[in-house]
Amino acid sequence: MNTDSVTSELRGSRSHWQQVWANFRRRRLAFISLVIVAIIYLLGIIAPLIQTHDYQETNIGKTQQGPDNENWLGTDRLGRDIYTRVVWGIQTTVIITATTLITGSLFLGVTMGLMAGYFRGWIDAVIMRIGEVISAFPDILLIILLAATLRPKIVELARAIEDSTNITGLVSSGVVDYLVIGVALLPLSWFGMMRLVRGQVLALRDAEYVEAARAIGTSTPRILFRHILPNVVSPVIVSVSFGIGAIALSEVVLSFFGLGVQPPRPSLGVMIGEVTARGGASVSVLRDHPEQLLAPIIVVWLLIFCWNIVGDALNDVFNPRAR
Amino acid sequence: MLVYILRRLLWTPVLLLLAAFFVFFMGTVAPGDPAELRLGNRATPERVDRLREQLGLNDPLPIRYMRFIGNALKGDLGESYVFQGKTVTSLIGPRLLVSVQLNIAASIVALSVGLPLGFYAAKRQGTKTDPAILISMLILYAMPVFFTAPFLILFFAVKLHWVPASGWNGMFSTQVILPALTIGIPGAAIFVRHMRASTLEVIGQEYIRTARAKGMSNFVINYRHVARNAFLPILTLLGFTLAGIFGGSLIVELIYGIPGVSRLSLDAIFQRDFPVLTALVLLGSLMLVLANLIIDIAYTIIDPRIRLK
Repeated sequence: MNTDSVTSELRGSRSHWQQVWANFRRRRLAFISLVIVAIIYLLGIIAPLIQTHDYQETNIGKTQQGPDNENWLGTDRLGRDIYTRVVWGIQTTVIITATTLITGSLFLGVTMGLMAGYFRGWIDAVIMRIGEVISAFPDILLIILLAATLRPKIVELARAIEDSTNITGLVSSGVVDYLVIGVALLPLSWFGMMRLVRGQVLALRDAEYVEAARAIGTSTPRILFRHILPNVVSPVIVSVSFGIGAIALSEVVLSFFGLGVQPPRPSLGVMIGEVTARGGASVSVLRDHPEQLLAPIIVVWLLIFCWNIVGDALNDVFNPRAR
Repeated sequence: MLVYILRRLLWTPVLLLLAAFFVFFMGTVAPGDPAELRLGNRATPERVDRLREQLGLNDPLPIRYMRFIGNALKGDLGESYVFQGKTVTSLIGPRLLVSVQLNIAASIVALSVGLPLGFYAAKRQGTKTDPAILISMLILYAMPVFFTAPFLILFFAVKLHWVPASGWNGMFSTQVILPALTIGIPGAAIFVRHMRASTLEVIGQEYIRTARAKGMSNFVINYRHVARNAFLPILTLLGFTLAGIFGGSLIVELIYGIPGVSRLSLDAIFQRDFPVLTALVLLGSLMLVLANLIIDIAYTIIDPRIRLK
C-alpha cells in the first residue's frame, strides 16, 4: 500500500476531487449543461466521421433550401450543406478554444500570476503595469486591430517556412488562422487570470507551510509549482469555465469581420458573416431563411449559456461559503 | 487618499503615452500604405511619394510619435488619412455624441430592468421564482447579438410596425428603442446577478435585523436599508458600462446603421486610418481610466468605511 492510498483512507476514502465531482453532479442543471457542452465539442471533434457532405461541396441546383432528408439543416446560398458546415465550424471552435486557453490564460496567465505574486517588487510592478495598459484598450477594438495587422505578417511567415522547408499546406490547412486568432486573443486572455492567481499567491506566500518549505531549503520553482500552484487550481478552473464562452464568441466576431478563419474553411463566425453579408442582410435572412442564421447561432448561444451555468456551479462547489 | 488619487492621476498620462505608442507601432507593422490606399491603384509612384511626404509618413517612427504627442498636447489630433481635409476631432466629435447617447439609453434599460428584478429575485430566494429569473436572464445574456438585433427588428419593426427598423435620430426618438434594448438586455442580466448577490449579502446583516426589531415597516426596510446598500457594489459595473462605449456596441451600430464611434473605429482599422484610430484608442483608454478613478472616489464618499490606500 503506497502513501497516497493511506492518506485517502484516512480522509474517509474520498479524495478532494471525488468530493468536488459528487457535489457538482448533484446540481442537475449544471450537470446537464456540462453534458450538452461535451456533446457539442464531441460533434466537432468527430466532424469528419459524421459529415453528410463535403463542407466545400456546392450544389447550384439546390441552393437556399430548407431542411430535408438529404440536407438535415438545409443548404446555404451556394448549395452547401449547413449541417456539415456547422459540425466543421464547431471543430474550428474546439481548436481555437483549446489553443487560446492553453497558451493564453493557462500558460501566460498562471506563470505571470505566480511570478508577480511570489516575487512582488519590480517584477510584480512591471507585469501589472503592462496589464493595465492592455486592459485600458477597448477589448473588441484591440482584438480586431491585432488580427488585422498581424494576419499578413503571420501568413508571410508561414509562406516563408513552407518555401524553405518541406512542410506544405500550412496556410491552406488553417493553422495560420488559428495562430492569428490565438495571438489576437492573447492580450485579453492572460490578464484576468494573472490577477486572480497573483491575488491567491499573495495570500499564500506567507502561509506557514510555505515558510516551512522555504526554511528547509526547497527551491523556488518547487515552492511555486508544488506547494502554491495546487492551492490555486480551483479558482483557475472556475475562471476558465466562465471564459470559454467568451473565447468562442471572440472567434465568431473576428471571423464575422473576415479577420479570423478564412473561407472555404467553415467556422461559426464565417457562416454568420457570409449569410448576413457582414450584418447588412441580417433581417431578411432571418425572415426568409432562418435556419441559415440560426444553425450557427444556436451553437454559440448554447456554449455561452451552458459554460456560464457550469461556471456558477463550480464556483459554488469550490467556495461553498461565498454565496 | 489624496496620495492615492495623485498617484493614479500621475500614472494616467504615462498609460496614455504607452497606449498611443502601441497604436503607432501597429501602424508601422500594418500592411498597406495609407497614401496608396487613398490614391488608389492607378496612382504613380511619384504622387504616392509626394503624399507620403505631405502626411509625414517618410519620417522615422519616434519622430512621428513625438510630433503627434506634441500636437495632441495643443489639442490638435491631426488629419484623417482617408477623409481628405477632415480633422480627426471633427470626425470623432459628432459620432462620440451618438455613441454616448446610445449607451446612456442602453444603461437606462439595463438598470431599470436589472435592479428591480435582481432585488425581487433575492427576496424570493428559496422559491422557484429566484432560479427562474436567474436562468431566463442568463439565456438572454448568452443570446448572441447577431440574433437579437435582427430578431427585434423583424418582430417590432417589420411585423408590428411599432418602431422604425434602423437609423439614428438622437436619444429621444423612437429609433433608439431597439438598439437600446439590444445592448441593454444582456446588460440587465449582469445587473440582476450582481443586485441579487449584493441584496442577499445585505439582508443577512445585523442592522437589518435591528431595523426589523425596532418595528420599522417592511417598505422602509426594503428600500431605505436593503436596496440602497445593495446598490453600492453595482456602481462599479455602471462605470464600466459607460466607459465601454468604444467597441462595445460595434455589431449593434453595424446592424442598426447607427453612425457611432464603434463603427468609425472599425472603418479606421480596415482603412489604415491611423490618426483616427490613435485618437479613438486614446479617448477610450482615458474614459476607462477616469471611470475607474471616479468610481474609487465615489465609493469613499458614499461609503465612509472605505479608505483608499
